[in-house]
Amino acid sequence: MVAYILRRVINMVVLLVVVSFVGFWIIQLPPGSILDVKITQLRAQGGNLPEAEIAALRRRYGVDDPFLVQYWKWISRSVQGDFGTSFDTDQSVGDRIANRLGISLGLSLTALLFTWLVSIPIGVYSATHRYTLPDYLITFIQFLGLSIPGFLLALILLIVATRLIPSQPIGGLFSQQYINEPWSWARFVDFFQHIWIALVVLSVSATAGLTRVMRANLLDVLNMQYIQTARAKGLTEATVIWKHAVRNAIHPLVMSLGTLLPALVVGETLIAIILSMPTIGPMYLDALRSQDMYLAGTILVMLSALLLIGNLVADLLLAWVDPRVRLE
Amino acid sequence: MATVAEDIKQVEQGKGKKVEDVGQIPQWKLMVRRFQKSKLSVAALYVLIVFYIVIILGDFLAPYTHDELDSSSTFAKPSEIHWTNSGPVVYGLVQKLDPDKFLYYYEIDPSVQYPIKFFVQGYEYKLLGLIPSKLHLFNIEVPANLNVTPAPKMFLWGADKEGRDVFSRVLKGGQISLSLGFIGVIISVVIGSLFGSASGYFGGVIDNLMQRVIELIKSFPDLPLFLALAAALPPNVPVLARFFLITLIIALIGWTGLAREVRGKVLAYRQSDYTNAAIAAGGSNWHIITTHMVPNAMSHIIVVGMLAIPGAIGTETALSFLGLGILPPAVSWGVMLRDAQTIQAVVSYPWLLIPVGILIVAVMSFNLLGDGVRDAVDPYG
Repeated sequence: MVAYILRRVINMVVLLVVVSFVGFWIIQLPPGSILDVKITQLRAQGGNLPEAEIAALRRRYGVDDPFLVQYWKWISRSVQGDFGTSFDTDQSVGDRIANRLGISLGLSLTALLFTWLVSIPIGVYSATHRYTLPDYLITFIQFLGLSIPGFLLALILLIVATRLIPSQPIGGLFSQQYINEPWSWARFVDFFQHIWIALVVLSVSATAGLTRVMRANLLDVLNMQYIQTARAKGLTEATVIWKHAVRNAIHPLVMSLGTLLPALVVGETLIAIILSMPTIGPMYLDALRSQDMYLAGTILVMLSALLLIGNLVADLLLAWVDPRVRLE
Repeated sequence: MATVAEDIKQVEQGKGKKVEDVGQIPQWKLMVRRFQKSKLSVAALYVLIVFYIVIILGDFLAPYTHDELDSSSTFAKPSEIHWTNSGPVVYGLVQKLDPDKFLYYYEIDPSVQYPIKFFVQGYEYKLLGLIPSKLHLFNIEVPANLNVTPAPKMFLWGADKEGRDVFSRVLKGGQISLSLGFIGVIISVVIGSLFGSASGYFGGVIDNLMQRVIELIKSFPDLPLFLALAAALPPNVPVLARFFLITLIIALIGWTGLAREVRGKVLAYRQSDYTNAAIAAGGSNWHIITTHMVPNAMSHIIVVGMLAIPGAIGTETALSFLGLGILPPAVSWGVMLRDAQTIQAVVSYPWLLIPVGILIVAVMSFNLLGDGVRDAVDPYG
């Protein structure tokens, strides 16, 4: 088991190095850099920027360096925890990302928990009551949930909420008076009022997907002979379902853990724009648009790292849930 | 004893008969039969057929071009159609300024009536990209002596902030939205099944190399990679070129999952007798892959492809919505959604949500259709 984990971790590190190289290459593909934008801005302000000064700026920020030199500068510092300084604001990339990644991760983990808590019972119910009216209803809602774009759902919920709840805040994470307060019950309530729409929207499509998977798997397992045996020896239906069937049907849900977490972090990009929340998605988009390549590159590689770590955790969890996987 | 033996014999005969019955019906007919059992999927198929017919005839059905600006009718609401003795008419709209809110609003003027005529002449287009025509299904008839520019229009589904007809834009946008995802998936399915079967068939170094490439692409989260690639596209290429570049991006990222699954299937066929027979008979690698490997995995490939289409349509919409996909003046449903992203817009001008509703119906139909096809091709279902 230790050897297995070690091999996986080494494989992951190698892959991350390649990913960072390719990712940085894609990010710097478009011609020009944010320095050009800045210089145009300075000129628009009326300042007379001599050519010599522009050349000095270009040298200072190394925008004309060959690709490999730029990559080496970025990656060698990144490994030491210094992700460079964002061109756009003078803050360090590390600080800017850390703030927002925390919010994104928190939101996504909560949504993930919610997804699991809802989709497993509904999936089980749907499978055990196959071809009944509630099952058809659940199936229909699932398809609807899979088909509605998340940002539209966010918009609809926001409109309905502002109409029905007079105190529903629009946008942001905290109301003005709570921004610099320490955590308290009132602050938490305020925080929750701001994020519940995002949580619901994030969970809907993932819940719809997982419920479908859960239903299909459980239906397969329920046809197995050991389920018949369990029933024949007089176990209660609840024990048959939860102890014998669900435990064997839950593998794909554990597997989906690895892809679901990064998918949720990414999925909030569109939603965060609608709800104007300060998360990682809108930041990545802005960095891409303004060609702030160190910031965009770092976020892309970080999200990839999250995906790879998520996959590793899912595999380990699977080995823990299912002894058969361990033997291989 | 004899009776038992006879019973068994009868059962065996019965079995044989049944198998023969099934065997007389071709595979595809069985699939069609199974598919027809799922009423929702059949309904979805019809909905999609109607959608594609409508967008193919888009220019004929649209009374105006998708980028015809009209400052005298910004955010004009959908025209109501009234019945009079002389057939359907649309009342005239008068644009007025609300001095408090600094917003335009519209008043209906029932004294001015424009009759709706069918099969009228309008802007010139090419039907199916080939036949030049000026014929349009419907438009209002404006009296020749009326000297107002721009001429009054009918807005079946209202107008957007530039006074463009939402109905015409939905038709034009559908041509891009419904074809881009479809073509992207076809390309990725071709790449995925060829690479996947080559990988499984040759094995060794080639297999190893391809699996590493797939692993690398899969290490990136989808949407951020789409965004980074779309941002790398030059912004000033022609509309058609951008359409194909976005399609290519969607295809180049989408093929990996299918390639892995096809490889798994091919690994199983690789050792089978018919493959060895084909090799012994001197079949070329290309011949064996295309006639023995790919067709065997075909039903699987089709299902994966069908289920990938709604995702690809969603990706295009997301890219365009974020301003990195299809760019104005070209129009897709994602571009139209940009207008509907603020609460003010949606509350004041709810008809801007019409493209959203249509998008949901299209994506849902593809999901249902894919689901039905998956159940139909699965012989154990």
